[in-house]
Amino acid sequence: MDATLSFDEAIEKFDPVLGFEVHVELNTATKMFSSAPNVFGDEPNTNVNEVDLGLPGVLPVVNKAAVESSILIGLALNCTIAEYCRFARKNYFYPDTPKNFQTSQYDEPIAHDGYLDVELEDGTVFRVEIERAHMEEDAGKLTHMGGATGRIQGADFSLVDYNRAGVPLVEIVTKPIEGAGARAPELAKAYVAAVREVVKNLGVSDAKMERGNVRCDANVSLRPYGREKFGTRSETKNVNSLRAVEHAVRHEIQRHAAVLDGGGTIVQETRHWHEDTKSTTSGRPKSDADDYRYFPEPDLVPITASYEWVESLRARLPEPPAERRKRLKEAWGYSDLEFRDVVNAGLMDEIEETVAAGASASVARKWWMGEIARRAKLADVDPAALGVTPAVVVELDSLIREGKINDKLAREVLDGVLAGEGTPTEVVDKRGLAVVSDDGALQAAIDQALAAQPDVADKIRGGKVQAVGAIVGGVMKVTKGQADAGRVRELILQTLGVSA
Amino acid sequence: MAAINRDDVAHLARLAHIEMTGDELDRMAGELAVIVDAVKSVSEAAGADVPATSHPIPLSNVLREDVVGHVLSQEQALSGAPDAQSGRFRVPAILEED
Amino acid sequence: MTNSELIRSSAANLATRLAAKEISAVEVTQAHLDRIAAVDGALNAFLHINTDEALSVAADVDARRAHGEDLHELAGVPIAVKDLIVTIGQPTTAGSRILDGWHSPYDATVVRKLREARMPILGKTNLDEFAMGSSTEHSAFGPTRNPWDLDRIPGGSGGGSAAAVAAFEAPLALGTDTGGSIRQPGAVTGTVGVKPTYGAVSRYGAIAMASSLDQIGPVSRTVLDSALLQEVIGGHDPFDSTSLTDPSTGLVAAARLGNVSGMKIGIIRELHGEGYQAGVENRFNESLELLKQAGAEIVEVSCPNFQYALGAYYLIMPSEASSNLAKFDGVRFGLRTLPGDGPMTIERVMGATRAAGFGDEVKRRIILGTYALSAGYYDAYYGSAQKVRTLIQQDFNAAFSQTDVLISPTAPTTAFKLGEKLDDPLAMYLNDVATIPANLAGVPGLSLPGGLADEDGLPVGIQLLAPAREDARLYRVGAVLESLLEQSWGGPLLDQAPELAGAAAGLAGTKEAK
Ligand SMILES: [Mg+2]
Ligand SMILES: [Zn+2]
Repeated sequence: MDATLSFDEAIEKFDPVLGFEVHVELNTATKMFSSAPNVFGDEPNTNVNEVDLGLPGVLPVVNKAAVESSILIGLALNCTIAEYCRFARKNYFYPDTPKNFQTSQYDEPIAHDGYLDVELEDGTVFRVEIERAHMEEDAGKLTHMGGATGRIQGADFSLVDYNRAGVPLVEIVTKPIEGAGARAPELAKAYVAAVREVVKNLGVSDAKMERGNVRCDANVSLRPYGREKFGTRSETKNVNSLRAVEHAVRHEIQRHAAVLDGGGTIVQETRHWHEDTKSTTSGRPKSDADDYRYFPEPDLVPITASYEWVESLRARLPEPPAERRKRLKEAWGYSDLEFRDVVNAGLMDEIEETVAAGASASVARKWWMGEIARRAKLADVDPAALGVTPAVVVELDSLIREGKINDKLAREVLDGVLAGEGTPTEVVDKRGLAVVSDDGALQAAIDQALAAQPDVADKIRGGKVQAVGAIVGGVMKVTKGQADAGRVRELILQTLGVSA
Repeated sequence: MAAINRDDVAHLARLAHIEMTGDELDRMAGELAVIVDAVKSVSEAAGADVPATSHPIPLSNVLREDVVGHVLSQEQALSGAPDAQSGRFRVPAILEED
Repeated sequence: MTNSELIRSSAANLATRLAAKEISAVEVTQAHLDRIAAVDGALNAFLHINTDEALSVAADVDARRAHGEDLHELAGVPIAVKDLIVTIGQPTTAGSRILDGWHSPYDATVVRKLREARMPILGKTNLDEFAMGSSTEHSAFGPTRNPWDLDRIPGGSGGGSAAAVAAFEAPLALGTDTGGSIRQPGAVTGTVGVKPTYGAVSRYGAIAMASSLDQIGPVSRTVLDSALLQEVIGGHDPFDSTSLTDPSTGLVAAARLGNVSGMKIGIIRELHGEGYQAGVENRFNESLELLKQAGAEIVEVSCPNFQYALGAYYLIMPSEASSNLAKFDGVRFGLRTLPGDGPMTIERVMGATRAAGFGDEVKRRIILGTYALSAGYYDAYYGSAQKVRTLIQQDFNAAFSQTDVLISPTAPTTAFKLGEKLDDPLAMYLNDVATIPANLAGVPGLSLPGGLADEDGLPVGIQLLAPAREDARLYRVGAVLESLLEQSWGGPLLDQAPELAGAAAGLAGTKEAK
């Protein structure tokens, strides 16, 4: 890189313009054009049929559910749904692309001209204009072998798994995003997060970035302030986490600024993001090899979305995420900080379900943001993926409220639930964890504890009621914690003839 | 329309991933020039108001229900592969070494 | 029946005798396998002979029939399949080195239907590589020869299927027709070939040349036999998005009805006369006379945009083909060739594979199509050609508003000599001038033998064209013309074909399954 500029210096000199192409993998049961299963993580080349492998003679047939998911995405992004659209072939040779063309949409996308309101951390709302959302198919997965890094450079050979080939994708393309200024990296992250939230909320994608369900290509260009014409852009490919999106945009702004400031010019090219070095490297420049020779896919017929069809899908749209957040925050009575923490932890759905299942909002928050989040962090998984269901939380809470267990026992019950020993009640029974509430059994323990600490007993008799804690502690020790501390206290005072 | 020359053919052969010798390029350029000359009248045949026909019999919304159908076994999938390893198709390096 | 009678029988006749248990399916199948063994060394119509499977299907048919099972009308009637159509259990080569030795793990829909009807598949027939050609000389596995004259081409691309049927190696065959590849071979071998309405027969499993033009259809010696076969292979297929939902019925009934009285038959002014061989023109006029005598009204129509058909075809077809053939790259199936020198990258392996695997005509069309689709040329070439398609459809619509069917010679000439046009691609392309309009418009076309040309004694084809989805009309008119012509000849035209040397000498089969 030429002379470096700080981010602030870069922004002071240049006006950044952003653009995003976000690919969303749909969670349909089958592929875009074949009836092979759309499943992540199976043995290589086991979720394919002849269509996915592009064997001689095969023909594609469009998945209706994928079309409907695409229309839903278009509607949620406030797009116009095309009355008539078609697939086209994008011709290029690459070993992860079985037919050596991608069946995609070109000048006739299913959805176009929409917008997405993106909320920044301080509550500012930034409207991002959507140019189009189009349907296409995913490619297979390459594993580069040999060479030191497992990267494509220096590899001796590559292995191809076509399980992902043909998975339905919706590619969402923004119009150039102007005016973000210093907040460009933050907006980039917030935009991708918002898209992710929209498709997750629609239920059309699993939206797991770590699995590549949502993948972002980030375009960055700079221009002097006040100039209308855009600068030359770079396209950073496959930036696949929210943090990386933010970092990549920040990095590219600084890189462009340094080049331009040094009197250089930006080459239009693709760039690759490297998480380890937090920087991009040059991919391949735009060249005549990018002549994709698009033409309408002759093996498929057009899709016409009737008013009735689109409206029936519109009726299925869930509440938009921003509205939902506003509603839930009010209903739960959380503070701004509490609510933002819940959102950032991705636990809104879980808390909503837990509340719906009968817990109070504060209890639900206490469990999910507390014990469950703590364990998830230890296990290095999402809290939602830990295996605790809202029903478990509700049951734990009612066991506590009924006095059957205390907080400490509840944690042990949770251990049992996570170990697959059954419901909380079943774990209590199997492990014999119920609080000792049989007064007879408790009385023996109390007598024993009082006898062990006669001086303390005297103090209590003498009116120092707060000393009762030491005796309670003794009882809890004897009962291995399985006593209801409140009841123990009552019984001690009763035994000593002291009123509370 | 510009006549098709040897450089054009070389470029097209690269796009089409067909290696060609110099002789082949020369011969192909000659043949294509004749063919292109014979078909170019097509570009003047239809006015701007004539719609294009992509499919002889117009159909629309031919869609498939999202129900899992047949799948090949890994063995079947790889049965025609020129080279395979660990359940995957094996291909030579994708980029030239730097 | 003698073996000679068995192989010269029509499929309809075999079906009747099989149903009556006068003959067995094994007997019929074996007779055809014997014939193949005797004459195919000279013809090279077959690329693969499916002896064991064909005989076992035949034996199964006989067993089921013996048990009184209700079988399909054509059960036990053997058939040959053009080697562009994929089959489990046999190689599929598309006539190309790039697929040499490849076995499909799935069946084409039409093959599945043949299996459901229990028709023994005799083997896979030769073709121009990827169906690109009009002479079957572009096969990587050597040309097929015309049974009427072994020094002449059997037409193409489906020369193998046509020659097999003409030489009594099979009563029926499947072909594919993108610009005439069923009809033109039919014309030059004295057989019947039908290109159904686009979408009437599923394309699933036919290795695509030009997706918007390709269509699978029947090859036979009689009009009725083609109708029988189209009813087997036709109908909706959910695996082909361009497949029509119309049922494939009424074709056999139309062939059996055979009545043209009161029908209007249109001569296309642009598809005869200048450029057509005199003997072709004479036979064509005779057919018109016969149809007139049978009560048809002959009118002349003009299709002025047909002059652009060949040009539009040679833009659309190579464009689609260039993309359809991109998958042949040495990664997932078929040939892989390593570059002779230099770095061993996948790009270069693909380039070397495609250089070694494809023949000249295939390369020519891929380059032409790549050119027509490339940036800056798309509108002038592919875009304009698609507009011409609209004009040609309009011409057909206007013609069919005045007529029930149209008629023309199938090809401008009779079979030319092997090698005659091999170095002149454009001259080769001109063979398809009369057949191409039907593919561009999607309408059905049938070619049937119209007699022998005076100057060379070789078969002439008569083409009938009907409006889209009116395939039945072709069979109705074709059956009438066929019967009138056969009356005038005193029997089928193929009775006049020369004996094939191998058969005449009674040579025992030497041709093994390849
Ligand atoms: Mg893109
Ligand atoms: Zn894309």
